[in-house]
Amino acid sequence: MKVADLLRFSARALRGHRLRSALSLLGVAIGVGSVILLTSLGEGARLYVTGEFASLGSNLLIVIPGKTETTGGPIVGGVPRDLTVEDADALERRVAQIRRVAPLAVGTATASVGGRSREVTVAGTTRGMKEIRRFRMLSGRYLEQGEQVRAQRVCVLGVKVARDLFPHDNPLGAFLRVGGERYRVIGVMAPRGTSLGADLDEMIHVPVEAAMGMFDQRSLFRILVEVRSHDEIAEARRRALEVLAERHGEEDVTVFTQDALLETFGNILGVLTAALGGIAAISLSVAGIGIMNVMLVSVSERVPEIGLLKAVGAGRGQVLAAFLAEATILSAAGGLLGLAAGWLGDRALVALYPVFPAEPPAWAVAGAIALSFAVGLAFGSLPAHRASRLDPVAALGRR
Amino acid sequence: MIELRDVSRVYELGGRQVHALRGVNLSIAAGDYVAVMGPSGSGKSTLLHIIGCLDRPTSGSYRLDGEDVGGLEESALTEIRRHRIGFVFQSFHLVARLTAFENTELPMVFAGIGRHERRARAERALSAVGLLDRADHRPDQLSGGERQRVAIARAVVMRPSILLADEPTGNLDRASGAEVFALLERMNAEGLTLIVVTHDPSLAARARRRVRLLDGAVAEQIERRT
Repeated sequence: MKVADLLRFSARALRGHRLRSALSLLGVAIGVGSVILLTSLGEGARLYVTGEFASLGSNLLIVIPGKTETTGGPIVGGVPRDLTVEDADALERRVAQIRRVAPLAVGTATASVGGRSREVTVAGTTRGMKEIRRFRMLSGRYLEQGEQVRAQRVCVLGVKVARDLFPHDNPLGAFLRVGGERYRVIGVMAPRGTSLGADLDEMIHVPVEAAMGMFDQRSLFRILVEVRSHDEIAEARRRALEVLAERHGEEDVTVFTQDALLETFGNILGVLTAALGGIAAISLSVAGIGIMNVMLVSVSERVPEIGLLKAVGAGRGQVLAAFLAEATILSAAGGLLGLAAGWLGDRALVALYPVFPAEPPAWAVAGAIALSFAVGLAFGSLPAHRASRLDPVAALGRR
Repeated sequence: MIELRDVSRVYELGGRQVHALRGVNLSIAAGDYVAVMGPSGSGKSTLLHIIGCLDRPTSGSYRLDGEDVGGLEESALTEIRRHRIGFVFQSFHLVARLTAFENTELPMVFAGIGRHERRARAERALSAVGLLDRADHRPDQLSGGERQRVAIARAVVMRPSILLADEPTGNLDRASGAEVFALLERMNAEGLTLIVVTHDPSLAARARRRVRLLDGAVAEQIERRT
């Protein structure tokens, strides 16, 4: 029997009961479609988060107080030493591979001017932040370079803060009350949007020591470090740890490389994607049971036909192949339909949320298609075997 | 040449043993025309199924053209059914979703014959039964007589040497039945061995030889004098 004839015969049989075929095909389509769509969501989340980290700027080290690694031995003096602005200066001065640093202190405060007021996130930092985060100014200037300006009562506004507090006039040079102190506005930042869950447009930036004073903080939130080149990141990290250990008397800080962060998030979200894919694959196997059901019905309906096929010289293998082909045509067609539907859903998602780079990973597409074939073969084999083993005499006698 | 020696067929039905055939001895020469008669349950269909290699004897031997069929593999029996046997059934057994042409073509599809040859041979077989103009009709658009003629076309399209008909006129009116019989006899005249199971004595009388079964055994064999 020729393959083309086999496929034509099986397709003909499927057309004999359109609704049933369509429904079980739909089951596979939903399974494959959900694999495509869910993995594309997971992959989108991964790309989104890693993209966010990449937007932090390249060659980044992040120093945070406290040690995350567990060490053996008794716990002695668990409280880490403060991470200070002086530590940041020391890193910049003493580690040759470091281009610039930006200490960061963070808190929330009420900002008010005239009768208006609103909550803002206050970032206390230095000029280095602008370079590291590649900030652009809408008007005015960013915080000045140098130690003497670190306690100055000046601020740079995020664009939304500026709009809320100064809806009508130019904020440059105006005074603003933040956390009980008067701050002069020296600049407004260009719109930047959300980064890592924080809306940069709703922040105000003040000199680092002013912020630490405002919130009565003695330790920085973290220090961002830009390394001169990507090749020097490992060396810079080692040197930074050395310098800080020397200053603190022990190694009590953690230094992340941006690569490590990216990798960690990438891994977590990769697992998430795989888990979503797995959940969707379960729906595919449910669809497989649907196919099996339809095929079993089809076999029992067509018992006399199977008897006839055997009488006119169809072998056991040919009957088996014909029914397997039917199941596989169903599942493969469902797979292709699901692929199309998943892709359309994905495009719709991207159209609705352009920042979210949803795209099904190649392994999920290939896997879903392969799985839909496999589902047809696997779940079709029981009914097909049943058909091929029918005794022709008994089969012909059945009405 | 069909040679049955002491053929019995026993099967289980609801825990009871049913002796469908008991020690049947029968020889049918190539090109012969045999009518098998007998009351229902006498084993006529079982005999036909065994001759057609759809069933195997429980004991005894069946030699087809000198070859012992009883010892053959399932795949070898499939080959015999495909190339040497044609079946016609009382209830036609046409595939309802396929046209007359496609039904006729079916044995050749499973034999792996190419499209061109299939077309030529199916058209020839359909025109031999006078239904070429109905080739694109599905069974439900054909009369009973026409359906059985399509089934005959399907049975002979592989050019078998034996044509087995199990009460081919059982579901037909007299006129269509006579037409079908005439058709089968024409196939026989062209050299096919024809074995027909029938209840109708007048139709059976047309055969060269009548075999009467009773309780699974051959009760009587009558040859028509020529």
